[in-house]
Amino acid sequence: MEKSINVTLKIWRQAGPKVKGKFETYKLDNVSTDSSFLEMMDVLNEQLINERKEPIAFDHDCREGICGMCSMFINGHPHGPDGEITTCQLHMRNFKDGETITVEPWRSAAFPVIRDLMVDRGAYDKIIQAGGFVSVNTGGVPDGNAIPISKVDADEAMDAASCIGCGACAATCKNGSAMLFVAAKVSQLALLPQGRVEAAHRAKLMVAKMDELGFGNCTNTGACEAECPKNVSISHIARLNREFLSAKFKD
Amino acid sequence: MWLIDSSIGRKFIMSISGIFLVLFLLFHSCMNIVVIISPSGYNAICGFLGANWYAVAGTSLLAAGFVIHILYALYLTYQNMRARGSEQYAVKKNQNGVEWTSQNMFVLGLIVFGFLALHLYNFWFRMQFAELTGLHTGMFDAADGASYVKALFSSWIYCVIYIVWLSALWLHLTHGVWSALQSLGLNNKIWLPRVKVVANIVSTIVILMFMSIPVYYLLGFGA
Amino acid sequence: MAKKQESTSVETKIDARIPEGPLAEKWSNYKAHQKLVNPSNKRRLDIIVVGTGLAGASAAASMAEMGFNVLNFCIQDSPRRAHSIAAQGGINAAKNYQNDGDSVYRLFYDTIKGGDYRAREANVYRLAEVSNGIIDQCVAQGVPFAREYGGLLDNRSFGGAQVSRTFYAKGQTGQQLLLGAYSALSRQIGKGAVKLYSRYEMLDVVVIDGRARGIIARNLVTGKVERFFAHAVVVGSGGYGNTFFLSTNAMASNGSAAVQMYKKGAYFANPAYAQIHPTCIPVHGEFQSKLTLMSESLRNDGRIWTPKKKEDAEAIRAGKKRATDLSEDERDYYLERRYPAFGNLVPRDVASRAAKERCDAGYGVGNTGLAVYLDFSDAIKRLGENVVRARYGNLFQMYEKIVDDNPYKTPMMIYPAIHYTMGGIWVDYELQTSVKGLFCIGEANFSDHGANRLGASALMQGLADGYFVLPYTIQNYLADQIQVPRLSTDLPEFEEAEKAVNDKIKKLMSIQGKESVDHIHRKLGLIMWDFVGMGRNKAGLETALEKIKEVRKEFWTNVYIPGKEVDLNNELEKALRLADFIEIGELMARDALMREESCGGHFREEYQTPEGEALRNDEEFSFASCWKFTGEGNEPELLKEALDYEFIHRQQRNYKS
Repeated sequence: MEKSINVTLKIWRQAGPKVKGKFETYKLDNVSTDSSFLEMMDVLNEQLINERKEPIAFDHDCREGICGMCSMFINGHPHGPDGEITTCQLHMRNFKDGETITVEPWRSAAFPVIRDLMVDRGAYDKIIQAGGFVSVNTGGVPDGNAIPISKVDADEAMDAASCIGCGACAATCKNGSAMLFVAAKVSQLALLPQGRVEAAHRAKLMVAKMDELGFGNCTNTGACEAECPKNVSISHIARLNREFLSAKFKD
Repeated sequence: MWLIDSSIGRKFIMSISGIFLVLFLLFHSCMNIVVIISPSGYNAICGFLGANWYAVAGTSLLAAGFVIHILYALYLTYQNMRARGSEQYAVKKNQNGVEWTSQNMFVLGLIVFGFLALHLYNFWFRMQFAELTGLHTGMFDAADGASYVKALFSSWIYCVIYIVWLSALWLHLTHGVWSALQSLGLNNKIWLPRVKVVANIVSTIVILMFMSIPVYYLLGFGA
Repeated sequence: MAKKQESTSVETKIDARIPEGPLAEKWSNYKAHQKLVNPSNKRRLDIIVVGTGLAGASAAASMAEMGFNVLNFCIQDSPRRAHSIAAQGGINAAKNYQNDGDSVYRLFYDTIKGGDYRAREANVYRLAEVSNGIIDQCVAQGVPFAREYGGLLDNRSFGGAQVSRTFYAKGQTGQQLLLGAYSALSRQIGKGAVKLYSRYEMLDVVVIDGRARGIIARNLVTGKVERFFAHAVVVGSGGYGNTFFLSTNAMASNGSAAVQMYKKGAYFANPAYAQIHPTCIPVHGEFQSKLTLMSESLRNDGRIWTPKKKEDAEAIRAGKKRATDLSEDERDYYLERRYPAFGNLVPRDVASRAAKERCDAGYGVGNTGLAVYLDFSDAIKRLGENVVRARYGNLFQMYEKIVDDNPYKTPMMIYPAIHYTMGGIWVDYELQTSVKGLFCIGEANFSDHGANRLGASALMQGLADGYFVLPYTIQNYLADQIQVPRLSTDLPEFEEAEKAVNDKIKKLMSIQGKESVDHIHRKLGLIMWDFVGMGRNKAGLETALEKIKEVRKEFWTNVYIPGKEVDLNNELEKALRLADFIEIGELMARDALMREESCGGHFREEYQTPEGEALRNDEEFSFASCWKFTGEGNEPELLKEALDYEFIHRQQRNYKS
C-alpha cells in the first residue's frame, strides 16, 4: 500500500568534467513509496528550483527501462539496490523511512562526468562504430527466411542483444572493464549466420577500440552480470574471448 | 604484439601461466602426500628431482611461469586502477553472486607470494639450491626432504602459518581455475556453472593434499 | 494579416503530387522515372538529418551508404536512445509466411480501414509494398527476430487484423529494430560518411530563397547555439504526445522541430489525431512523470472487465472489496459484450473509448476510479501459469515493479493514455513538406495512419520512410541542387535565424517568474486531457482554447528558469519545448473543433452512432486539414488536401460481426 517516507539524500554535485565535485545533503519529506526514484528526483529538483537553487543534472529519457539513458550509482549499486531494473524502474518502496541514500555518478575513467550525475558514455558508441554491425547496405539482401536459424541460437542472440548500453557493467566493474558490453554485441552477431561472416574481424576491431578508449581488463568477477539490468550473461564474454583468440591465432 | 597490447591477449597469458602453475601445484601436491605414506619414498623423489638437468630446467620454467604470472598481474592491476578513474565510489556494495575472491585476486596473490618466499627458504634453499651450489644450507642432507618436513612441522606455529597460506592459495585457485578457462573462451551458458564446480573440485583436491601434511604433523601423527 | 477561417467553406486544394497510374504501379513508376544523382555529385551534397529514431537513423545510414554527406543530430547522448526503442509489440509486413491469406493489398486495406479512411491511399499502398523489404533488411543486419523450431521467422497477431503478420523480438521489437538501424548508422559514422552531433537540439530551420538550407541547433552540453548548412534538411523528430505532459513518450520527446518547420512555412496536418493507447498503467499520483505502456499483445489472453454493479465498483474504490471477491456473474466483460466479433482485440481507439465510457459511468476501479481490470485468471486456468509467464513474463514483472501487485494473483489495472500522434507535418508523396528541400519522416509527419494507427505499424512506417522511400525521393529534389555550392553559414538568413533563437532564449531567461516549467506543463496537460482527450465536444474545445491562452500567458510571464543561458541547462531545454507544446496544444484544439465528425482517434461526442461508435462525415470532412502559419498572434489558415478514394470503398468501421 502507498505510504510516505522521509529520506536524506547525499548527492554528488560536480559543475563540470575538470571541476572538483563533492557531496551535498538534501532532506526530502513525504516521498510516496509508489513514486519512482526519478520521480523523487523530480520532486527534489522542483524543491530546489522553488528555493532558487540549481537543480541536479541527471540523464533520463524513456523512464520504462529500455533506452539506457538513466544512470546513477545508488547506495553502492548501479541502478540502485533492486535487481534486474534500471534507475527509472526503481521505486521508493525499496527504501526505509529515515534512510540516507547516497547517489553518485558512474565512475570510470572512460565515462567522464559532464555535470552532477550526468556522464559521457560516448565511448560505447565509438566501440560500436569500430565494428558492432553487419556490413550490409540497404537493399539487395536475401529474403528473411532464406537462411533458417535455429531457435536456440536466435534466442541466445536475442538475450545478448537485449543490452541497453547503459554502462552499468563498466561502472560497477572494479576494473572499469567494458567486456560485457562488447561481448554482448560480438556474441549476438557471431551467433547469427548473417554476422558470422565477419565475426573474427569484428571481435578484433571492437576489442582494439575498447582497449584504446581506456577500459580495464576483465578479471571475470561477474559483477557486471549481477548488476546488468537486462541480465546479460558473462557466457557471452567467453564467446568473445574465443572469437578473439581464434582470430588472433589464425593471423 | 597483441599478447601485450590487447586486454584479451594479456588475459590469455594470465590464463596460460595460471594453468601451468595449477598443473605444477597438482604435481607438487601429489609428490608431497608421499611424505605421509612413506618418508623414504619421498626422499627418493627428492633425490630424483635434485640437481639433475631436467629438474633444473623444470624449475627454471616454473620460475619463469611465476615471474610472468606476477608481472602480468602487476601490469593488469595497474591498468585496471587507471581505468577505474581517480574518483572512488563513496559507497560500493557487491551484488549477490559476486564472489569475494574474484574481487580480491591481487591481494590473495600477494599473500601467496609473500609466503612463497618463506616456503622457498624453508625447503628449496636447503634442498635444490644446496645441492646446486654445494653449500650446506640446512641441518640435514639436501636430499633428505622428509627430515626437513618433519623438523619444520614439529613447530605448531609453522603448521598454522602453512595452513593460513594454503587457505589463501585455495581462495586464489577457486576463482583462478574457472577464470582461466573463461578467459580462454572455454565456457558457455550451460558449462558456466559446471566449470565453476570443476574448478572448485580441482583446487580443493590440490589444497587438501597440501594441507594434509601440516595437519598430519599438527595432530601429532608424524612425531 | 489575421484571417478568420470558416471551418469548411474554404476549398483550398493542396497537391500531394501523387504519381499517375494504377495504385499498385505508382511507386515502381515513380522510381523508374525519378531523377537520380550520380555518385560523384553525391559526395558534394550535404544532408542534415534531425533525429536518430527508426526513421532518422535508417535514413541517415541509407543516404550515407549511397554516398551523400550526412550530418545527423540527436538530443540524447547516443543515437541508440531515441524513443523508437521503447516499442514493444512488433512490426507488420505482408510476407504471408503463415499462409493465412495476407497480401500487400490486405495490409494496405487494413491500414486504411484502421485509420478510419483518413489516410492517403497512394502512400499507404507504398508502405505496404515496401514492408517486406524491411524484414529482409533487418534480418540481414542481425536483428534477432523470434523464430520457430524449424528456423523460420515467427509471427503473432495484433489488433485490427485477421492475419498473423507481426514480426517480433520478444517484447523488445522496437529496441532490436532501432539497434539494427543504429548499427548501420554507426558503420557510416565510423567510415566518416555521417557526422554525428549528439546532445544537440534543433532550434530552427534556415530557409534561403524558399528552400531549406540548414538548421540552428543548440549544443546541450555547452549551451552554445550553432549554425549548420546542408543542401536539404530531413526531420524525423517523432511525435508530440508530450503536449499532454503525461504520456507514454520519453521525457525528452517533443514537438519543437515540428513547430519550427510550421513557423517556417510547412503545414501542420491533422494535429487533432492523437492515439490513446488502451493498456497503460493508470495514473496514481501527483508526482507522476510519465505513463507506462503495457503491450497490446496482452489483450490476446487478458480479458477486460469492470464490476457490473456500481456498489461493487464503489466498494472496490473505497478498499472494502477486492477484484477477486467478485464472482463471474458480477463482472461485466464490456468489450466482449459490445464487440462479439473482435472482443478484447478491437482497435486501440475503440478499446480506449469503451474504458472511458465505463469509468465515466461510475464503474471504474482503483482508488481514483479511473481504471479497469485486465484479467489473466482464465488464461492461467486454461494454459497454466508457466505458459502465461513465458508469453508475458517481462511485462508482468514490469507491472509488479511499478504497482507492487502480483498480476498472476490479482487482475492488472489499466487505463488509456496518450501514446502516438498520427498528425504531424504535412508531406507530399515524396515526403517533402510545403517548404522545398525540407523533408519530414516517421511519426513527425502525418502521412500513413489516417485518424488511427494500427498496432505494429509505427515501426513499419518509420523504417519504410528511412530505408526505402526518402533515400529515393530526396534524389528527385537533390538532382536539381548539384550546382549549389556549400553555402556559408555567415549568410544573413543564418544570422537572423540564430539571432531569433538567441532572443527567444534571452527572453525566457529574463522572465524570472515564480512557476517551474513542469508546473506549467502539468497545467497544460490537464487541459489537454480533460478537453482535447478521448472525448471532445464543441464547448469543451472552446474552453480549451481559452485556457491554453491563459497557460501561454502564464508561461511567458511567470516561468522561472534557473541557471545560465550559455551552459548546460535542463530547465531551459524544457522551457523551449513547452513554449512549442503550447502552440501545438492550441493547434490540436483548433483542429478538433474544426473537424465536426468522429473518426479514429478523434471522437466528437456530438457525432456518434446510437451505439456510441464514431460517426464519420465523408461528405464534408474527407480531407487532411493542413494548418498554415500566418504570423505570431495570428490565427492559422486552414488548407485542405482532399482525400479521394479511388481504389477503396469507404465503410462504417465494424468490429462487431
